[in-house]
Amino acid sequence: MGTIIEGVREAVYLITGLDPEILNIISVSLRVTGTALIFAILIGMPLGTFLGMVNFPGKKLFTALLYTGMGFPPVVIGLFVFIFFSASGPFGFLNWLFTPNAIIVAQTIIAFPLVAGFVMTAVMGIDRNLLRQMESLGASRLQLLWTTIKEARLGSVVAVVAGFGAIISEVGAVMLVGGNIRGRTRVLTTAIVLETRQGRFGLAIALGIILLTIAFILNIIMINLQEKEID
Amino acid sequence: MVKMKDQICLQFFQIMIISIFVILIVFTAGVQIEAEIIQLATTTSTDDSGLLEEILPIFQEETGYQVDVIAVGTGQALEIGRRGDVDVLLVHAPELEKEFVDNGYGTARHHIMYNDFVMVGPENDPAGLGKENELIEALHRMYQFGSRGEATFASRGDESGTHVKEEEMWEAAGLEVERENWYLSLGQGMGDTLITANEIQAYTLTDRGTFLAMQDNLTNLTLLFEGDKKLINPYGIIPVNPEMHSHINILGAEALVEFFRSDDVQDKIGEFGKNNYGQPLFFPDAD
Repeated sequence: MGTIIEGVREAVYLITGLDPEILNIISVSLRVTGTALIFAILIGMPLGTFLGMVNFPGKKLFTALLYTGMGFPPVVIGLFVFIFFSASGPFGFLNWLFTPNAIIVAQTIIAFPLVAGFVMTAVMGIDRNLLRQMESLGASRLQLLWTTIKEARLGSVVAVVAGFGAIISEVGAVMLVGGNIRGRTRVLTTAIVLETRQGRFGLAIALGIILLTIAFILNIIMINLQEKEID
Repeated sequence: MVKMKDQICLQFFQIMIISIFVILIVFTAGVQIEAEIIQLATTTSTDDSGLLEEILPIFQEETGYQVDVIAVGTGQALEIGRRGDVDVLLVHAPELEKEFVDNGYGTARHHIMYNDFVMVGPENDPAGLGKENELIEALHRMYQFGSRGEATFASRGDESGTHVKEEEMWEAAGLEVERENWYLSLGQGMGDTLITANEIQAYTLTDRGTFLAMQDNLTNLTLLFEGDKKLINPYGIIPVNPEMHSHINILGAEALVEFFRSDDVQDKIGEFGKNNYGQPLFFPDAD
């Protein structure tokens, strides 16, 4: 129990004291995860919308693959990204391994099936009659798509939250492809592993509290967004 | 409906194409030409000691190279060296290092320092390791009391330099311990293994540096056996061979080797830790 109280105290001290190393870790975490989330949305939302609206041969198989992707062990994705971006791998020439770019790639691959899956479910839940009616009233295709997106927006918010939660808290893949380099690829989760390994539980807990706080603030923002849209 | 489907298909592909462009633009903007970076793979125990944090800033100031430290397991460090993902290795597994250089993956192995392994265990020392002066005797004692259920041994069990050393020790003592139920193979790093040993009152083999650095958090563990010649832990630095991987920053790697071997830095290595622990964590031995 003492360790946790010490951790809370340390967290407050670290944040109020604006410790440059901690601020750097937070900034790398947010930058990398934020970028990956944008890519995951750019890929996942259109993909989810498409799968939710259109039937095509092999869709079942595709959906099953997507669902598997939603539960794929992140560390395995990390391993694949590692091998692909390793100097001896096909994308080795990019020199992305052990840089934030490699982390962004891994996190995007982890998050986009989640985003796509949730968006797909949301789109499938839309009232088909509404779209048919609109069509018969002469709505343009663009208007139809827009209505679909509007109707599915609540599910889309959940999709973004789920994607963000999955990658901000991920550690295995980030450690593997980022290398936990101080000041460059050290993020909150890998810093927690490092501090725990060295027995500095107080500091590890403090970083954990910071991580939780960030997730909490983001979720508050998302809930507010959701409520506004319901009104 | 068919038309709508086509339209959505089209829209979908447009969005996909735009996404891919955005990805390319953002990513390539992020790639800078950073010729001054040297990537150094080392073991977690080396990194955890804090030595690199103290001396690498001097190197960066003197030469302008920036050193990125990637702390992983020994096996992983050697593997990323073989793949050409780093420029230079700083590890402590002499046999594996020799193999690495012999197979042409590294240009040469340079001695820079050593430290030693020690046996730590619960303060009340149920197996009585503290009474022994000979490593082999101490191991036999461990075995004897372990089999009686009076003592437990926590092993790294991760094929790290420390684990390989521990296996050699048991072998030298002629003891087969892998399947004993008092012998716990954890598959964890040094820090985690010490924390586990501390929690379950087990004995373990650790490098002196990590133990001293973590001692404040290991209230149940005490140093029980030290000083045997077999427990020396030599560190080597190996530049990755540019003939294997052309992009290796060999100039940087060699500058780093020279830096570690310089008299000034060798002195600093010998001093490191004296202030905090009353004894050095490493002993310089560049030839």
